[in-house]
Amino acid sequence: MSEVLIKIRGLKFSRGDRVIFNNVDMDIPRTGITAIMGPSGTGKTTLLKLIGGQLRPDAGSIEVDGQNIHQLKTRELYELRKRMGMLFQSGALLTDLSVFENVAYPIREHTKLNEAMVRQLVLLKLNAVGLRGAMDLSPAELSGGMARRVAMARAIALDPMMIMYDEPFTGQDPISMGVLVKLIKSLNDALNICSIVVSHDVYETMSIANYVYIISAGTVVEHGSPEDIHSSDSEWTRQFMEGLADGPVPFHFDAPPLFDDLFAVSERRRG
Amino acid sequence: MVNNLLDRIQALGHGTLAALSRLGRANVFLMAVFAGLSGMLMRPGLLVKQLFSVGVQTLIIIVVAGLFVGMVMALQAYYALVDFGAEDSVSVMVVLSLLRELGPVITALLFAGRAGSALTAEIGLMKATEQLSGMEMMAVNPVERVVAPRFLAGVISMPLLAAIFSAVGVMGGYLVAVQMLGLDSGAFWSQAQSKVELFEDLGNGMIKSLVFGFVVSWIAVFEGYDCIPTSEGLGQATTRTVVYGSLAILILDFVLTALMFSK
Amino acid sequence: MNTRTLELLVGLFVAAGLAALFMLAMSVSNLASFGGDEGYIIKARFDNIGGLKVRSPVSASGVRIGRVTDISYDSEGFEALVSMSIDPQYNTFPIDSSASILTSGLLGEQYIGLEPGAEEEYLVAGSMIDITQSALVLEQIIGQFLYSKADE
Repeated sequence: MSEVLIKIRGLKFSRGDRVIFNNVDMDIPRTGITAIMGPSGTGKTTLLKLIGGQLRPDAGSIEVDGQNIHQLKTRELYELRKRMGMLFQSGALLTDLSVFENVAYPIREHTKLNEAMVRQLVLLKLNAVGLRGAMDLSPAELSGGMARRVAMARAIALDPMMIMYDEPFTGQDPISMGVLVKLIKSLNDALNICSIVVSHDVYETMSIANYVYIISAGTVVEHGSPEDIHSSDSEWTRQFMEGLADGPVPFHFDAPPLFDDLFAVSERRRG
Repeated sequence: MVNNLLDRIQALGHGTLAALSRLGRANVFLMAVFAGLSGMLMRPGLLVKQLFSVGVQTLIIIVVAGLFVGMVMALQAYYALVDFGAEDSVSVMVVLSLLRELGPVITALLFAGRAGSALTAEIGLMKATEQLSGMEMMAVNPVERVVAPRFLAGVISMPLLAAIFSAVGVMGGYLVAVQMLGLDSGAFWSQAQSKVELFEDLGNGMIKSLVFGFVVSWIAVFEGYDCIPTSEGLGQATTRTVVYGSLAILILDFVLTALMFSK
Repeated sequence: MNTRTLELLVGLFVAAGLAALFMLAMSVSNLASFGGDEGYIIKARFDNIGGLKVRSPVSASGVRIGRVTDISYDSEGFEALVSMSIDPQYNTFPIDSSASILTSGLLGEQYIGLEPGAEEEYLVAGSMIDITQSALVLEQIIGQFLYSKADE
């Protein structure tokens, strides 16, 4: 495992009464693809927002490139964010700008390059995701997969040190899923950066990840290389990886025995 | 029984605290918007775009409404005054009620319904589709880039729209009074000129519309920014903008009128 | 829509708003007839001012030349003291001009009418008008009428 880029220690976070993370420790290396997997609702997206400094933890620390995210001043945080790329589930393209302008947006905001250079950069980035031909379209005209690819081009526009992918495969047809898997892999290798993929699509994620964290119920259940995870003898991990209906995560939501419940209606009303 | 009562009291407390915390958030948010205004002014293009969608696109409804309100006022004033032989004062009644009340208030109500709800929906939709989060992650402050220009455009547009409403209303009143009811055109203008004060009436009306524009724009952008990012939450936020906005206008109108015109 | 059209429309909108304001100021309000408070102040005493109010018009021969700026009660002379601001362009009222409180129409509001005198000297800021006629109070008129009828 190479040098650590993101160091999470004792992370605690809750929304209202619901505990999302309870004492999570993670080390994410500076290069390679790190996958964070877990069932829906375990706060994977929340984790990305915590790393990006959009949410504040109740306790614990997150260090990115040696800087404690939640002790930075707004200006410093914004400086750091220029070196982070994030791909939102919906793509989060600005709907009133064209594809070209969307990719140009961070470049125009943070550099003083002249128009010709902006254009060159944008075309290169769009070419990398195979959508140079779509540069004049508006985001509304793109399919979900294409929107995500444009968002990828935008995320790499400023040559960041890391990219966070929030559920990149959700709701995609097999072809665009394949395209996205290939793109994440090839971008990561070409730029030699840190990619964090949050997903519950086991097969696709495992095929490209160098290191895998599995989280559930607020804690890291298991971590290791994909091979380690596959050969894990944890019952929970096996259920998640193979998608079994019943196991440590029961098929039935917590309930009293069926018989009791069926005949307890009238009593419960009174209580 | 006692538990039931305690539950209700708790619900009351919960509601009060929630309302207070919303109010607090709205104030903190307003400060952030003010802070964002300076950064926004370096990009006047953003403001022009919003002046278009907030001001220009509200213009038609304002002009049509102003024309008909002025015409109705002239008719009503005529029927009320003709019995006293004072129909020459129709213009005074039309102009004064337009400048002092109807211009600012109706414009603000229409503004809340047309532009305010659109602002909320736009910002809320950007939140729901993660565009605001996306901007934050691109190290761009969405309050400065998205909210501040919309807020400022609202504050600038309101007095202009109110002035246009009143002016068109006066012309509508003129049409009815002079063309339809056959009053003297000279008397129409001179009566108004002799009774309408520049600062007292026109000035105070403009101050009113400025205050309304400020409050409605504030409510609209806050509701959008604070909404629950789902289609349901968005709908509720849009409704709240119109309801809270309209109530705020009417309540503030009373307060301002009491302050300005009571002597 | 390109930037030019956008800016053009916004420009038109702002211009229309300002034009509306200008139109309201010029043609409907009193800006054209009397601008602000930079007139000179003269004073007059009245036994009874009736319904006269601050901001009531002051006119001469039916032309508006100023407005009432202050009304107070002089507790030594037991009279009302009225200050009025006169548009500086009308600065040639003789010192013996008289002021009366009149009513415009049957139900109209009350105003001060200035009647020029014959002296060479003019009224200046701070001058006092000596010859005044108070407001007619309806009860007094009726009372006088009844007395005169009773005398007949």
